[in-house]
Parts: sequence; structure tokens; C-alpha cells
Amino acid sequence: MNLFADLWASMSDSLVRLGDIVGFLGRIMLQVPRALLRFQLIVDQVYNAGALSLVIVMLSGLFVGMVLGLQGFELLQRFGSEQALGTAAAIGLVKELGPVVTALLFAGRAGTALAAELGLMRATDQLSAMEMMAVDPIRRVVAPRFLGGVIAMPLLAAIFSMIGIYGAQLVGVQIMKVDAGSFWSQMRASVHLIDLNEGIVKSCVFGVACSLIAVYEGYHAAPTAEGVGAATTRTVVTSAVIVLFLDYLITAFFL
Amino acid sequence: MNQTSAIIEIRDLSYAVGGRTIFDKFDMDVARGRVTAVMGPSGTGKTTLLRLITRQVRADSGSIRVAGAELGALTHAEIFALRRRMGMLFQNGALLTDLSVFENVAFPLREHTRLDERLIRNLVLTKLQAVGLRGAAELGTAELSGGMARRVALARAIVMDPEILIYDEPFVGLDPISKGVVLRLIRRLNDALGLTSILVSHDVHEIASVADAVFLLSGGKVVAHGTPQELQSFPSEVVKQFVGGLADGPVPFHYPAPDYYGQLLARDGAP
Repeated sequence: MNLFADLWASMSDSLVRLGDIVGFLGRIMLQVPRALLRFQLIVDQVYNAGALSLVIVMLSGLFVGMVLGLQGFELLQRFGSEQALGTAAAIGLVKELGPVVTALLFAGRAGTALAAELGLMRATDQLSAMEMMAVDPIRRVVAPRFLGGVIAMPLLAAIFSMIGIYGAQLVGVQIMKVDAGSFWSQMRASVHLIDLNEGIVKSCVFGVACSLIAVYEGYHAAPTAEGVGAATTRTVVTSAVIVLFLDYLITAFFL
Repeated sequence: MNQTSAIIEIRDLSYAVGGRTIFDKFDMDVARGRVTAVMGPSGTGKTTLLRLITRQVRADSGSIRVAGAELGALTHAEIFALRRRMGMLFQNGALLTDLSVFENVAFPLREHTRLDERLIRNLVLTKLQAVGLRGAAELGTAELSGGMARRVALARAIVMDPEILIYDEPFVGLDPISKGVVLRLIRRLNDALGLTSILVSHDVHEIASVADAVFLLSGGKVVAHGTPQELQSFPSEVVKQFVGGLADGPVPFHYPAPDYYGQLLARDGAP
């Protein structure tokens, strides 16, 4: 019986937290119109979350694409259809690996930075000081960071997929000698707009989820060193689980 | 104390947090245009009192009137409007770490006004000059010493020309020179700008040299109030202990604990 009680307690805790996060999203959305007026603040945050994550995203994209090229070639060769490598790599990247791996990297690189920054601002009274200066920290600090992440994430996913396809081409065409013509023409013939849309929807949803979790955890961090550390850890863990869960839901929806 | 001259009136204030009563039927008046100090042993809720006056937290019951407005009845927007008339100096300065000294002081102006860039520049430089840090305008916050950071925060707190200036432990962690500088600034700003200043502190000597009135809190009540001189000779054990810096008295040295010898001789290793 104790097991069930514990299970129920932890489930209800998670639900309460989920409710809090959604409520926090509501508070941010109320401030978005006014935050948009200060566009430069958002641009700065797109730079922080996006441009500064570019190198890790591009490198990972290249390697994931190269592995995909290698594995895909090996698999397709068994059926004598290695010309389909372009299609396989593009579909895999655009629909699945691009958004998911980018979101995981984004949570680890940009999400943790956001959470730690907000947590430290909380711990050093900067957020209280803003409130005392009659400045709403949700509008001035949280909303621009959230929007910056939401804008940066789909762009990063697109770059990841693009570099990934180049990586697959590098291995498949240049090294494994798949015919370049069929690699590209098959990709063009069989990757449809709906596949692209799925990737775009996923990367936007993951962008909202990862950015929201990061700003929520940072904003509500306990104002101590351990509190900030715990907030960054929770950001990565929660983001990863939520991204993979949402990935399944969206994939099922598009089938 | 003359009722009409009070800018902050607290009546019957009760506040508890986590089941622990911080204030119980608490009364206090802060006179307009004076430097008022709130003192007391650690943990008596001095900082909490500041948070109540600025409504960072809400009172459980009772009334707090600031500049004629009843805090409990104000909406979020009205609270923000009232806070624009207050400046607050946080214990560690609470400067925004991603902005320079200049931008920190300019922050309230940029958020609340549409002033011309030249005017902002001049206003900020004037306030920095007042705290003696005009030359540090382009420094980052990480390059400041503790005393300098607090002076920058002070410049930021007065940049909107507030009516009430609140200092939370302004002397903690400062060397004697910085302490003297901050003391002189508190007095000078109060008199030159016609402010009302409220200080929370436990530095008896510093307060004696700067405050016009002192409230001594203990156990959620005002145990004594008057001028610093009156407090020196106040006939109360708590006041004597606090002002004299005595280790033991009505405020005990020991945190409540089980019997000392009994615990040392106990067989099981329980702490």
C-alpha cells in the first residue's frame, strides 16, 4: 500500500508542478506584447540562446549526419537500395533527429545557462530589486529570454538538419560512392512538405518547452548555491524527458 | 509623535510565516523627512518589516499606510506606482550584473521615462557624482568593491527622486572608511533631497550618529523607541543588552537545547 501512496504522491507532485509551469507560461504570455516593444532585448537573447549554441549544434549535426550516412548505407545495401540513402538521411534528420537532438543540445547549452542566470539573479536579489524599482521581472527579464529561446530553437534545428544532410552526403556519396545524382534526386522526389512541416512543428514545440522549463526553473530557484545547481539539473532532466514524450505525441499525430 | 507628520503608519500588524509569528499587533510610525532606524537582534523580522512596507509580502492582518495609501487595498499597478516613489538599497546592492555602472543607474529612467539620451546621461552622472563615483561610470559591476557597489546602488535608488529611501543593512561588510562614507551619504541625501529615510541595521554606533529616531524591535514588538540618546538610558533589560552588546540577557546566548550534561553522558550516539 505504501508503494501506491508514494507513487500517487509523486504523481500528484508532478501534476502540481506541471500546472505551475503552465500558469507561469500564462504570466509570460501576458507580458509578451509589452516585451515585443523592446525588440533589442529579444535580439540579444536570440544571440545568447542561438548564436552561442551554433558551434555545438553544427558539430553535432555533422557527426550525426555522417553516422546516419554510414549506418544507412550499410542497411540499405543489404536490400540493394543504397540510392535511397539521400531520402533516408533527409527524412530521419528533418522529421526526427534534427528537432530532437537539437532540443537536447539546446536544453544542455542554452537552457542551463538561462536557468543558472535567472537563479543567480534571484539569489543576489536582482529580481527583487527590479520589483522594487516597479519593473516587472517577468516582462523585463523572463519574457525576452523565453522568446529568444523560442525563436532560436527552430533555426538551430534547421541548421542541424542541413549540416546533417551534408554529413550524410559526405560519407554516402564521397566515401561510399553512392551515385550523387540518385542521392539528391531521390531526396527531392520523396521528401514532401508534410515531412518538413512535422520537423518545423516539432522544433517550435520543443523550443517553447525547453525555454519555458529553463526560465521557470531559474525564476523559481531557491536563492542559494545549491538551489541554483538543482535548478540547472532539473532543467536538463525535465527538458529531456518532456522533449522525448512530446516527440512521440507529435509523431503519432502526423501519421 | 505627531500623527500628521507620519509618512508610514503601521497599526495592529500581524504577520506569520511557516507557523512562526514574526509580528503580533505591531504599531509603528515613521516621521516624514527624518532618518528613522529600525534595530533589533538578528531574526526579529527587521528585513521582513521592510518587505511588508514595500509589499513584497502581504500582512496577515492590520493596516500599513504609506504616504496615505493603505497597502492592503492597492492593486498590482498601484503598488508599482507607489514603489516608483520609493527607493530601496538592498543588503548587497543587488546591481544588475549584466549592465555597467552607468546602465545600472540609468535602468529606472530607461524603464519608466522617455527622456532624451543626453538628459539621461546628465541625470545619471549627477547622481554618480553625488555618491562620488562619476569616474566609475564605465566599469562593470564585477570590478566594484563592496562599498562601491552599495554606493552605485544608492545612486540608482535616488535616480527617480523618491520620497522614501529604504536601506536594508547598509553597513554590513563595509570597512570603516566606506562605512563613514555611506553614513555621511545617508544624512546628506536625506537633508538635501528632503527624503524620508528608513534604515534597518544592528550597528549601534553608526545608528547613533545618523538616526533621528530609533525603533528597537524584539519578539515581534517595539520594545523601545526614541532618539538614539534616549535609547542609551532606556530602562529595559533588552535595550541594555542590545545597546551594550552583552552576550546574555533577555535575548539568550544559547539556542534552546536539552540538558548539557545529560546529552554529553547519554549512551546512544544521538546528537
